[in-house]
Amino acid sequence: MRIGIPRESKAGETLVAATAKTANQLQGLGYDVVVESGAGALADQADEAFTEAGVTVGSADDVWGADVVVKVNAPTAEEIGRLRRGATIISMMAPARSPELVEQLAAAGVTALAMDAVPRISRAQSMDVLSSMANVAGYRAVVEAAHEFGRMFTGQVTAAGKMPPARVFVVGAGVAGLAAIGAASAMGAIVRAFDVRPEVAEQVESLGGQFVEVDFESEVSTDGYAREMTAEQEQATAAMYDEEARAADIVITTALIPGRPAPKLIHEDTVAGMRPGSVIVDMAAANGGNCAGTETDKRVVTDHGVTILGYTDLAGRLPAQTSQLYGTNVVNLLKLLTPEKDGELTLDMDDVVQRGITVTQHRDGEAEVMWPPPPVQVSATPKVVDTHPADKEEKKPKLTARGRLMSVGIAALVLFGLIAISPPPLQERLTVFALAIVIGYYVIGNVHHALHTPLMSVTNAISGIIVVGALLQIGDDSTPIMLLAFVATLLASINVFGGFAVTRRMLGLFTRS
Amino acid sequence: MFEIDTASSAAYIVAALLFILALAGLSKHETAKVGNTYGILGMAIALVATIGLAVDRDIDTLPLVLLVVAMLLGAAIGLWRAREVEMTGMPELIALLHSFVGLAAVLVGWNGYLEVEDDPGSHHAAVLEAQDLLGVHSAEVFIGVFIGAVTFTGSIVAFLKLSARIKSAPMTLPGKNVLNLGALAAFAGLTVWFVIDPQLWLLVLVTVLALLLGWHLVASIGGGDMPVVVSMLNSYSGWAAAASGFLLENDLLIVTGALVGSSGAYLSYIMCQAMNRSFISVIAGGFGIEAPTGADTDYGEHKEIQAVDAADLLADASSVIITPGYGMAVAQAQYPVAELTSKLRARGVDVRFGIHPVAGRLPGHMNVLLAEAKVPYDIVLEMDEINDDFPETDVVLVIGANDTVNPAAAEDPTSPIAGMPVLEVWNAKEVVVFKRSMATGYAGVQNPLFFRDNSRMLFGDAKAKVDEIIHSLPN
Repeated sequence: MRIGIPRESKAGETLVAATAKTANQLQGLGYDVVVESGAGALADQADEAFTEAGVTVGSADDVWGADVVVKVNAPTAEEIGRLRRGATIISMMAPARSPELVEQLAAAGVTALAMDAVPRISRAQSMDVLSSMANVAGYRAVVEAAHEFGRMFTGQVTAAGKMPPARVFVVGAGVAGLAAIGAASAMGAIVRAFDVRPEVAEQVESLGGQFVEVDFESEVSTDGYAREMTAEQEQATAAMYDEEARAADIVITTALIPGRPAPKLIHEDTVAGMRPGSVIVDMAAANGGNCAGTETDKRVVTDHGVTILGYTDLAGRLPAQTSQLYGTNVVNLLKLLTPEKDGELTLDMDDVVQRGITVTQHRDGEAEVMWPPPPVQVSATPKVVDTHPADKEEKKPKLTARGRLMSVGIAALVLFGLIAISPPPLQERLTVFALAIVIGYYVIGNVHHALHTPLMSVTNAISGIIVVGALLQIGDDSTPIMLLAFVATLLASINVFGGFAVTRRMLGLFTRS
Repeated sequence: MFEIDTASSAAYIVAALLFILALAGLSKHETAKVGNTYGILGMAIALVATIGLAVDRDIDTLPLVLLVVAMLLGAAIGLWRAREVEMTGMPELIALLHSFVGLAAVLVGWNGYLEVEDDPGSHHAAVLEAQDLLGVHSAEVFIGVFIGAVTFTGSIVAFLKLSARIKSAPMTLPGKNVLNLGALAAFAGLTVWFVIDPQLWLLVLVTVLALLLGWHLVASIGGGDMPVVVSMLNSYSGWAAAASGFLLENDLLIVTGALVGSSGAYLSYIMCQAMNRSFISVIAGGFGIEAPTGADTDYGEHKEIQAVDAADLLADASSVIITPGYGMAVAQAQYPVAELTSKLRARGVDVRFGIHPVAGRLPGHMNVLLAEAKVPYDIVLEMDEINDDFPETDVVLVIGANDTVNPAAAEDPTSPIAGMPVLEVWNAKEVVVFKRSMATGYAGVQNPLFFRDNSRMLFGDAKAKVDEIIHSLPN
């Protein structure tokens, strides 16, 4: 089959769906690739580079007549008209937000695959263009901010005086936020970051940022007070945003809620309270922005001298890099779609990834609308997604809470019944027994994985305590009892001494570099 | 005043607390050694108190001699084994030690029967009679013997499998679940009978029943799942000790047994989660593979690499992750691997280790081996810590691991190991797999990793091959 890579028609677009390298990889899958002349010019991919890689460079008609057309932006109505019936078009499409586009694609009788609809499961990560682009955009946001900022990022003490390091505040620690944190701290700035998911604190710290904690007066809320607590939490969070932004030189906001306008997090007062010369990069500008005063695709300077950047093409500002990543995502997708590596694209509707990206599917001259796909079960490892307080209110499922209460109740009743009929001396023993079980459970709760073996050999040695029983029996007058106790003592002693000695030996081996 | 009875009770409480400190200490590297010392201290206190108690009860000379001989002999054997054992042989040793606790519990239980039920005229029996505890005592004997015997044969089978004295493939008897449940039901019925009418033959019967059950439980589990089994047996040995404690009315035994039992069970639970297995089905036994799927699927061709080329690959890499498995232990390759690691680190290569929670045949097995070879523990990371880093890694060395790096677990819902979290080594730029042959892993599942475009197979003995790589490293 032939794959066509057209030149992007969107004004100002710098990206191309394949670089010389990825086009070559596509050919390795058995496809015949044709690239429109000049398609990669803005991404440092000259026609010659494609030719050198053994890829055909052709006219727009060659490209649009191909069996599979791969591009970056959603096709325009005119472009859809140029597609052959039964052809496959692969691009970003935002199918959920563009019902008209879906209609047009179906009417044109083509199979349409949306690169931006890849389900967020672990094995599909290699095709996730949104992550790829967010990563580049996060980096570029810092570069843009540094460009606008009138001072250096890194702190220095020089003969001409001391320079303080820049303070960067990043809102949202998704892919873009983390990339921005990494880039800013690599440039020497002090980076602080917040995300509504406290569990990402570790990721923030791993990139050199400090995670900002919000103190709530009481975190656990009972059902009746849920709403009030939320208001309180929101207030505390808002106060934190205000305080952090005022203290910062650079603010980078990345908070997005899928399918909804971006939440307003940085208010007018806060912007007004920032020092002149400060820079805000609003990465949510395409969806309305997180910051008051953001204008989409514009650079705004407030009366107080605060610069607000609302660029939405941050990823496109590094065209060579982004095109390479996008191209690699495309290659990974086509690897999945070409299991035989014979250049024949096949769609398997039982595969969640392939089903998830299919917007329309061509069958016998007609195309059927396949959007939206059934919900995908997300893998066990949670994926990094930008979110905001509004959709993060954790509602404990009531049923499980009740179910748990029920089962604990039943267990307690059964235990009660059993113990109640026991004679008093046994009850005392059971008390000790029950408490010891609980202690055993808690005491090793956070055991380090490397210490599993020593822990096991030490518990093994300790369970040799059964020697105590044997020792008390050995003094019995009856010979059989004495002999059995002798054997038991011998066995348990091996355990006690061997267990402790071997633990000691193992622990002696662990060293730190 | 200060009497031997009150003194020994006090000593027991102190010993129990020291044991708790020992377990708590063992959860962190910093406190692990102190933890072990607490354990030794607690054991010493308990032993001194018990011997004191025995002497106070006017023990005869012969039993006293036997006591001393048994302990000295046991200590000698234990210390000798602990000194001699290879770190790779640790799983076998621990399994064997578990069996000793089990057998000791059986013997203590039998003694309990001989002292009381078999000798109704004895002083002990009279005391129990007065307190109306004879029935309770009988039940305690029965339960103690049962748990002990299950632990005993279970550990013996685990030991035999781990030391490759018997085949590690799971034994599948028809209706194995019915057999297990039937044994449990029979045990419950026999207990009631024994409480009503404590006959010797009933005790013999339950001992045999439990021995068979223990054997069957572990025999029907495949070798690859051994880490969970060993940890589960650890827990069983604790419960066996606790049951003896009830029998002997000894709180120290109860506390210690319960500590070991519940901590062992929790450890097994953690590991079950790591393997995406149901905890219940582990305790029930026989959660090995249902049926190995046919290896009909054509995965394509695998590509070979020679040690010299692998050395070049490593020399040019900037980041390397090594994922060891049981094969490394078998080949005793940890020393050359450690040497390779330090050579590469000296060249400025970022070398780290990724350890799957169930790599090896014992929880934490790989960590102990690597520690033995002096690999610094801060570059040895667990699966969750390192899984996200594979895409940025230049070379991954898979040394003797198979199922724990199998992409089928993540990608093929029909695979027997589907859903088990694995080390996602295939996301790295290059993967070098050290393997003896193309045989399947313990789970009997083919590994598509070997046929990936970025995988290279390096066939041969892992130790020899790693040595070759070290010698071929360009200067």
